[in-house]
Amino acid sequence: MFFAILLWITAFAVAAGFFVKRWWFPPPISRHAMAFDSLFAANLIAGGIIFLAVQLALGFVIFRYRDRGQRATFSTGSTRLEIILISLTAILFLGAVAASSGLWSAVHFTSMQSSDLKIETAGKQFAWSFRYPGPDGKFGKTDVRLINDAAGNPFGIPDDDAAGKDDIATSALRIPAGRPVQLLLHSHDVLHNFFVRELRVKQDLVPGMEIPLRIQADKTGEYEIACSELCGLGHHQMRSVLIVMPAAEFDAWLAQQGKRKQ
Amino acid sequence: MSFLSRYIFSTNHKTIGIQYFVLALTAALLGTALSVLMRLHLTYPEAKIRLFEILWPNAAAGGVMTPELYLSLMTMHGTIMVFFVLTTVPQGGFGNFFLPLQIGAEDMAFPRINMLSFWATALAFLVLCSAFVVEGGAPLAGWTAYPPLSAVGSIAGPGMGKGMTLWVVSIALFCAASLMGAINFITTILEMRTRGMSLFRMPLTCWAWLVTALISLFAFAVLFAAGILLLLDREAGTSFFLPAGLVINDRILDRKGGSPLLWQHLFWFFGHPEVYIAILPGMGVVSTVLSVFSRKPVFGYRAMVWAMLAIGFLGFLVWGHHMFISGMSPYSSLAFSVLTLAIGVPSAVKTFNWLGTILGGRLHLETAMLWALAFVSVFVTGGLSGIALGQPALDMYFHDTYFVVGHFHIIMGVAAVFSILAGTFYWWPKMTGRMLSETLGRVHFYVTFLGVYAVFIPMHFAGIVGNPRRYSDFGQFEFLKDVQGLHKFITHAAFLTAAVQLLFIFNLIWSLYRGKKAGDNPWNATTLEWLPPSHQPHIVVRGAYDYSVPGARRDFLMQNESNGQ
Amino acid sequence: MNVAAAGARRRASFTGLYAFFATMIMFFGAFTSAMVVRRGASKDWQGVPTPNLLWINTGVLALSSVVAERARRDLQNGNRRLFNTLWAAATVLGACFVAGQIIVWRDLQQAGVYINSHSGGAFFYVGTVAHAAHLAGGWIAMVYLLVRAFSLQLGPGRRTAVDITTLYWHFLGVLWLYLLWLFWFWGNWE
Repeated sequence: MFFAILLWITAFAVAAGFFVKRWWFPPPISRHAMAFDSLFAANLIAGGIIFLAVQLALGFVIFRYRDRGQRATFSTGSTRLEIILISLTAILFLGAVAASSGLWSAVHFTSMQSSDLKIETAGKQFAWSFRYPGPDGKFGKTDVRLINDAAGNPFGIPDDDAAGKDDIATSALRIPAGRPVQLLLHSHDVLHNFFVRELRVKQDLVPGMEIPLRIQADKTGEYEIACSELCGLGHHQMRSVLIVMPAAEFDAWLAQQGKRKQ
Repeated sequence: MSFLSRYIFSTNHKTIGIQYFVLALTAALLGTALSVLMRLHLTYPEAKIRLFEILWPNAAAGGVMTPELYLSLMTMHGTIMVFFVLTTVPQGGFGNFFLPLQIGAEDMAFPRINMLSFWATALAFLVLCSAFVVEGGAPLAGWTAYPPLSAVGSIAGPGMGKGMTLWVVSIALFCAASLMGAINFITTILEMRTRGMSLFRMPLTCWAWLVTALISLFAFAVLFAAGILLLLDREAGTSFFLPAGLVINDRILDRKGGSPLLWQHLFWFFGHPEVYIAILPGMGVVSTVLSVFSRKPVFGYRAMVWAMLAIGFLGFLVWGHHMFISGMSPYSSLAFSVLTLAIGVPSAVKTFNWLGTILGGRLHLETAMLWALAFVSVFVTGGLSGIALGQPALDMYFHDTYFVVGHFHIIMGVAAVFSILAGTFYWWPKMTGRMLSETLGRVHFYVTFLGVYAVFIPMHFAGIVGNPRRYSDFGQFEFLKDVQGLHKFITHAAFLTAAVQLLFIFNLIWSLYRGKKAGDNPWNATTLEWLPPSHQPHIVVRGAYDYSVPGARRDFLMQNESNGQ
Repeated sequence: MNVAAAGARRRASFTGLYAFFATMIMFFGAFTSAMVVRRGASKDWQGVPTPNLLWINTGVLALSSVVAERARRDLQNGNRRLFNTLWAAATVLGACFVAGQIIVWRDLQQAGVYINSHSGGAFFYVGTVAHAAHLAGGWIAMVYLLVRAFSLQLGPGRRTAVDITTLYWHFLGVLWLYLLWLFWFWGNWE
């Protein structure tokens, strides 16, 4: 009986933790992030109801049928009940997939537009680098043998490549607010993961692959980029910032950077 | 019989069962100790802690843990707990001891292979632990050992040289041992049942061991193959998992054409079924314990069997849900998502049937029963967070956060451990002839029950904040300042929970000397292991859960007992 | 041991062997999928080498299987002397196959196909060595049975070990044909 009461208290305490939201998501900065939040809220409500229902029922059965000298009823099961329950859970779970697949598709199956701003995003132990194609709109060639962070060449762009001359390499990711941006994710050493909480987006960087990730941020500000795939002993310090600028300000910044390069 | 052949190189299934149990208990204590040290460092990253310096004079010089030391403790904690505790006790320990007894066989089908299997497991454990003392220390790639980090040798960090190699060798040995065990279990169950013990009269524990052995048979072979390829990438310079153009630590590697994702596919093809290897035997134990202590038959016995078979089968089709954000095709993510939630259906069937079993019963709330009931509670809790993680759209935020850590510790770690504890309290009288202390057992139970909720639920909140896992320090990020109080709470709860486990150890030792003598059948259970030892084979005439049968002379009928009027 | 128990032991031996086949299929299945993925993952694929000696080795292994099968049937019919001769022949042929494989590996190394330099070759080495390792286990069993046969411990009523070993030997033969097909077809097709 003591356990039944403890179980109820525990269940309510857990539910309360999710209800008061003392530790919670940061405010969303994109439409995707807002859609994510409502999807999670729907999951939380449905899951919360099932959680409380089952835990309270478990406690109730323990309380009600504790040994008081009564005789146990003899029952070996009910196929009909079994079938009803299977159908109900199947509908519930498949409903969850159906409800959430749209959000996934919106991120991964929206066709990339050629007008999107492209930014090469490279992870290495334990730092981030970003590369903008510069005024010519083209990324130059790279060669791993020329990578030299100290000389400001984290991508290994050769001196004699015209397309690469105006490329802009930065250590913080600046993007214009309200415009879609394509990140082209690269890694030269181990797995890394690009994660910005406010965007509610996460994607691995895999050596040997170029993985495109389309993001759009609508609110200006600075947000932290955290590596979220174990990449070695400095994993915890692999940090950068996403700076979302007003579009006009961003254009001016990019133009100025391009000029400095020429 | 000499001491050696009786206690060390024994081919007796009971001795081997005890050996597995003791090995796993040792591993569990080590794994728990590692987690306590990790929590200590996470909460007080800058404090000078004398204990660290004593244990690791180099890697914790001055009493402050280096990041690589933290990550190596994390890797070893995960590996030890998953392989040498959760895979070992429920199958190797309980299974070896009780399977032959429950189906009325004299021993396992291949006793010598059984012995070999145990000693290969023990050797694997020694090889793994030796990684602590070699140059560079233990590996830091996590229990999933993702390449390229795990495949390029010591340039990827200390511990990634010899330590990592020892890790791979240990896992390969463990695979071989598990395969031998699986062949033994399958053969024993299919061929060694006593007269009348049809498959559908077997206790659900035997069904669980059978399904687990089948899963092991298929899954460990794949991990073995993957381990060999990883070893070759490390030692022979091949490029199975390493693509061209790698630059690590300013060194250009001469490899080309491999695929890091290939390892993830092979690993999780094993890794996800592994979760069910850990939990299915526990489900069998819990079904039995709930039935015995409710004095009621298992509700929907056949549905329970089919649910286990469905879980075993579907378990091989869902590995991709560990890889939603890995760079794998986003279309396959959707397919894996459907299959992942589909596996929730048989899991839900089991939960309903557990509730159905105790509903209308006469519940004896002994410690074994408390653990089984608590198992149902945590299984539901951990399962529900799994539904969120099974949706790629939500996993896109939660992947590799503490939300995942909280989820799998509850559903895989805590649930499996609770079922192991239920099994220990239930079967200890048979294993040792003595009862465990109920008073100590209850104190241990209540503190542990509250403790695990206090440790692992807050981790979900940290995950919601976005806290990445496998960080050795939360000081580098602005947004992590907010979760440090939460982590302090988790650490204190973890200390308390870990400390109270000593009470359990004390209970075990105390019982060996002072425990109440148990009779042949202290719980009035129906299955064959509770019959007094006999040289005549038992002849089974009924199913495993005939409790409170109307018209019977008492509220249970042993499996070899005719209606006893 | 009474008759029923002996029958149970014989059945158990076969069940155990079938379970072992299942693991081997999974192991080589994982190997196959690794090869298919690795081939598709990048453009540096070099065809898996299939030197001509392999066909001779294949013939030797097939012959060994046929001879072992004949020996098994002779033992079943109580013809122990013929069993001893044929079983010894099958064992020698098994050793010849392994020797042939070793020559193949040496030739390939001399031709510059190393495990770390040749993408198709790496799979060739892993696949053939894994097969040879499984084969070595079967071969040791064959030698052991030969010793037992000469010390008169085998007969029509004590033939389970021979039946099991022969079946395993056939399985290794089929596995070898599969590997040949995999290397020749999947490893080289354009």
